[in-house]
Parts: sequence; structure tokens; C-alpha cells
Amino acid sequence: MKFLDEYRDSRIALALAKEIAERTTKPWVLMEICGGQTHTIMRYGLDELLPNHIELVHGPGCPVCVTPLETIDKAIALALRPEVILVSYGDMLRVPGSNSDLFRAKAQGADVRIAYSPMEAVKIARANPDRKVVFLAIGFETTAPANAMAAWQAKREGLTNLSLLVSHVLVPPAIRALLATAENRVQGFIAPGHVCTIMGYSEYEGLVRDFNLPIVVGGFEPVDLLEAVLMLVKQLELGETRVENQYVRSVTYKGNERAQEIMREVFEIADQKWRGIGMIPRSGLRLSKAYAAYDANLIFDLELISAEEPAECISALVLQGLKKPTDCTAFAIRCTPENPLGAPMVSAEGACAAYYHYRRHAIANTAPKIAVGS
Amino acid sequence: MCLAIPGKVVSIEYSNGMRVGRVEFGGIVRQASLDFVPEAQIGDYVMVHVGFAISLVDAEEAERTYQLLEEIGALEGELPPEGSG
Repeated sequence: MKFLDEYRDSRIALALAKEIAERTTKPWVLMEICGGQTHTIMRYGLDELLPNHIELVHGPGCPVCVTPLETIDKAIALALRPEVILVSYGDMLRVPGSNSDLFRAKAQGADVRIAYSPMEAVKIARANPDRKVVFLAIGFETTAPANAMAAWQAKREGLTNLSLLVSHVLVPPAIRALLATAENRVQGFIAPGHVCTIMGYSEYEGLVRDFNLPIVVGGFEPVDLLEAVLMLVKQLELGETRVENQYVRSVTYKGNERAQEIMREVFEIADQKWRGIGMIPRSGLRLSKAYAAYDANLIFDLELISAEEPAECISALVLQGLKKPTDCTAFAIRCTPENPLGAPMVSAEGACAAYYHYRRHAIANTAPKIAVGS
Repeated sequence: MCLAIPGKVVSIEYSNGMRVGRVEFGGIVRQASLDFVPEAQIGDYVMVHVGFAISLVDAEEAERTYQLLEEIGALEGELPPEGSG
């Protein structure tokens, strides 16, 4: 496919890896924010192409993974009501809540429907005027304008049986929170290319200024990510700190202003809880007052459920880049995509799932060798 | 979740007040809203995420970047393999 295959060209990838190795004189710790980028890195083994002293740590950019446990529990509770049709992105169905997940609720008879686009929720609401349709609106800035359009369209059509259970997160406040922790080791960031396609990258200039480190907006193909690493290494080796844009074919400085406009009309910035991380000030979106009639939290009498993560799950540390999935004692043994302890093992973009799909055999193969040698 | 795929706009129509395109991804055609890319025309490439085109692919930029990269890659291909000397 055009604009895709050429960015998977192994000759270019190898040449970039070679140039990165030539330019690197010191150890550097880099973080990719987006789970889609983590997935590409693991799938193509990009981390293994890089010199040993460049460490890639994986960020919290998997919206499925950071959706609070309470929101999943609310979605399950709503789905089990006979009058409700719960519409969700497919990734959310296996995410463990406190006691169940949406998939199990569906097996118990709940009307849970998988949507590829938020507009399908509008369609379902239109076709089922006697039912209450709830759309589980999750995502980063990339998805927010599309989810906003569902509410906007419902309002325009006067649909009264559609509401949104919103769990929207924003990237720059999360980067800020990570950088402000005492444990932070990250020296350069690959910013998420599709979030920046919507938002542009002016917001990242403040982070560069405040924390004195380089940020490169990166794409999602192997060549994109290696080029982004090279751009970061060049800056780091020269002691420079700027925002640069590797993903020029999709990202402009100002982003998609039309999409930002609809986001601003439907949503407003709010404090947001991130699963595994906790509350981050002004790091999420909720429906604005003008759209209160579409807020599932206000329409339904939802009890405030507070829930605890399984003690064995170290996803909080994985999501902050402080631990690798393979550091977890439950990894691939008591925690698998079929029976996940935590959300990062569920979503295809979760760091634990990426390691499970692409690395568990490599890890299994090295383990006996160490045992024999020692 | 933040996946977006480049596809070519093959036709444009209006449905429920929204500007909708039929977009081709390597032979597969899907509908996508063009509301966020009002400038998109038939033949343009757009990045599509959850049924919405979120950007118009800057073909010129893509070409320029790709050529720069191709030069490094091509150069690499011309070098003798390691240890062949």
C-alpha cells in the first residue's frame, strides 16, 4: 500500500540503525508514548537493531490500558441493564473490571455491540428508539474528535436515547506527570504521530522548555520510528533540545483545526484518573455543559464504584516505563491475553501484550541457557 | 487504538449531512467521514482513524522524506556485505 510499504523497507531500516549506532557515544533512555509505536518496535524487533546503550522504554499511550477500573465496572453495570445497548470499541471487551469484563457480561445476556466507528453508535440509537444506547467513548486526542462527532450528530438529529460514558485522556499532561517524578529516567520522547495529527505539536514546546529534553513527533512504521530515534540521538549527542517533526506526511504544527473545534465544542478539559497511574490534573476530557444531556454519568444513577487492582499486577510501573513487562513474575504464566491480570496484557497495543506476542519465546529460549551455565 | 491507515479517496457523497468518502486501502474500500478534511478531493490520500479521515497525506513531503531515506538505503545496498573483503 502506498505511504505504508515504503516505510517498512528493510534496507532503509538497516541503514538508519547503522547511522544511529555511529552517532551514539553515550547511553540514552528514550520513551515512545504510543502503544501503537510500542507494537511496531516489538513486532519488527527495532529495539534489537539499536546499539545496546540505547534503551527504549514504553509509555502509557494505550487508552484501553489506562481507562480506570471504575469506568469498566460502570460499563459492565450499564450493559447488564435490560434497556441498555452498550456500544464499545472491540479492544475494551476483554479488559478486566473488578469482577468481570464486558465479554462475560455479553455471555450473560447483556446487549454489548462492537463498533469500529463512533457513528455506528448513532446508527444503533436511530434504529432502536425504545432502547437506551450507551457508547463507551475512550481514547486519546486522536479519537476525541470522532467520539465528539457522535454526540454532535445525536444533538443535531435530536436523538434522546444516546449517551456517552467518557474516559478520554490527553498526552502532554501525562508526559509532564512522568517527567516530574523522582524516578524518571527518560531523556528523550517520541511523541505520538496521530495525537499530533489532531493537536499539532505546539503543546510539546512547553515540555521541552520546562524539562530541557528533546521531543520528536514520530510515525508508526519501522522506518518512521528509527528515523525518530536517529533525530533524538542527534539532538542528545549535540546537547540540543527542540521539538522536531519526523511524521511530516501527516502532522502539521497547528494540527487539524477543524477536528480541534468539534472537540472543544463537545468536551472540556477535566482532571482524569489513569488506570495504574492515578489522578493527573487536567489530563482528560469530559462532556461540556452544553452536552450534559448526553453524559451517561448524569443520566444513569451510577454508584461510585471504587476498585482495587490485583496485587500481583505491576502494570502501574510498566505504564510509567519503570519496569519492563518481563520483569513481572506473573508474565506469560498467570497473566496472558486470554486471562489477563491487568489491562496492558489485553489491548494489542498494551506493552505486556506486545512482549507476549513477539518476545515470550525468545525469553523462554534464553532462560534454560542461563540455568545450564550457572 | 490510535491506529490510522492511509487510503485513497475514490468517491465523495453526502449522507445525513456529513461529507463521506469511499476510501480504498490496498484494494479494500471502506466509507470514511471527510468532515475533518474538507479540502480532500478524489484521488487524495487520507489517514483514516475509526471511520474518520484525520489528515490529508502530504504527498510532496512524503516523497521528499522518502527520497532522503531511499538515498541512505540505496547507498547501503551498494556496499559490499560485511566481511566480504
